[in-house]
Amino acid sequence: MRAFDFSRAESVGNAAQHGNAETAFVAGGTTLLDLVKLDVMRPAAVVDINALPLKAVERLADGRLKIGALVTNTDLAHHPEVKRDYPLLSQALLAGASTQLRNMATTAGNLMQRTRCPYFRDVGSACNKRQPGSGCDARDGINRMHALLGGSADCIAVHPSDMCVALAAIGATLTLEGPSGEREVAFADFHRLPGDTPHLEHDLAADELITALTLDAPLAPAGSHYLKLRDRASYEFALASAAAQLKLDGERITEARLALGGVATKPWRASEAEAALAGQPAVLESFERAAEIALRDAQPRAHNAFKVDLAKQAIVRALRDASRAAQRGTDQDDTGQGRTDTQESQA
Amino acid sequence: MMDDSVHSPTRREPPAPTLNVNFTLNQQPVSLDVAPNAVLLDVLREQLGLGGTKKGCDHGQCGACTVHVDGQAMNACLRLAAMCEGQHVTTVEGLSREGELHPVQQSFLACDAFQCGYCTPGQMMSATALLNDPRIGSDDAAVKEAMSGNICRCGAYKNILTAIQQARATLADDAASQAGEETP
Repeated sequence: MRAFDFSRAESVGNAAQHGNAETAFVAGGTTLLDLVKLDVMRPAAVVDINALPLKAVERLADGRLKIGALVTNTDLAHHPEVKRDYPLLSQALLAGASTQLRNMATTAGNLMQRTRCPYFRDVGSACNKRQPGSGCDARDGINRMHALLGGSADCIAVHPSDMCVALAAIGATLTLEGPSGEREVAFADFHRLPGDTPHLEHDLAADELITALTLDAPLAPAGSHYLKLRDRASYEFALASAAAQLKLDGERITEARLALGGVATKPWRASEAEAALAGQPAVLESFERAAEIALRDAQPRAHNAFKVDLAKQAIVRALRDASRAAQRGTDQDDTGQGRTDTQESQA
Repeated sequence: MMDDSVHSPTRREPPAPTLNVNFTLNQQPVSLDVAPNAVLLDVLREQLGLGGTKKGCDHGQCGACTVHVDGQAMNACLRLAAMCEGQHVTTVEGLSREGELHPVQQSFLACDAFQCGYCTPGQMMSATALLNDPRIGSDDAAVKEAMSGNICRCGAYKNILTAIQQARATLADDAASQAGEETP
């Protein structure tokens, strides 16, 4: 592995001072060290931010939930308030990666996760994201895993996070801190579409640090479901995933939230499909119509056309299960995912 | 000793161990100098002589390098040694107590839960962590899900699951008999 300097940040301000284009902050390290070993990321210096006091989860007076940047994916998934008020987020987190990686990975690190596009990960391939202007070997390569939505002529790499798909449906705000102070960015505006600058992936400056993620007040009473379809039952990235939340008045949908993963270049909120669901009966026909709308602009390449149907089916099933959860009058899903809901976390 | 002449002139030497790091390893304090870019896995194997933790994929995909950091299962290949300052690290060498195998080790033997054995230390570290974690369910589906970060290319999964559930029963029996002894 390429050599780099290592230091430990004592405070957020101290960390931000270190921040520049040659520096990488390390929290869990699961993306960074993987990509440094592949020579895809080449930091001259790594700053360990694990000692910073960013590990709390607190309920704000306005009902929102503020999550420290360094809360691990495991602790967040099992946090009692997340399980109770945001089961969609808990499900999505537990659908991602492996036990070991969730124990290491942090909330902010998950927001900064890099794509799994094999051409991005291979320094011998052309990739506009890794090396601007070099081309995109994915467009006419083996693009089975690649994006249907949000792509450009320069990049069709999929955003890999499960957590972020749930966040797109829930709504959230990021708190960023840099030399000029603190600022907030809506989650929906944080990740960028590739356009002709796929190397610019987000709205974080090199000298800024994500310090917190604040979830919008929970949609309640509502039912939710996260469905992830993949090549194996566990520990695999999504071919297509859907995060759905439905608020019902009897049989009628009063509010719908729908986001997609595995098929788009950023965590994908299906706003038009949501609008089409509002006021409709919570029946199969409504869900199928929403799925058609959500994938209307899909642009499949040679090997990923099957994902159009797969994503539609994921949407229909996620909406159906969210509707069933809403009708049960509980936001808990019944798949369990191996969790013991009676036992509270130590987080 | 390695003959210097085998090194080509362009070969890049590994970075000098310039950072001092202190942590607890298998209940013993350790203080050593590491390279800034040294990962825990390589430090365990090459500097500390503990070869039980295996290098498989070196990218967090196979789980052969699983260790416990502050009681949590983690991939030692994706963690800088320098990040372990002040932490408690346990490797497979630290599972046994006073010469007696951990119940998970005993059940892996009894259930024939391995063939080539390369993934076994990592499997056992994930198994011991999940048996200690009240957030992970005890049913077979929950165990399989929690163990999915440990790949076994021999395909010993069925016996690994049996071994974990057998160890769970042994640990429960031990806890019950201990509780019985403490009650007058």
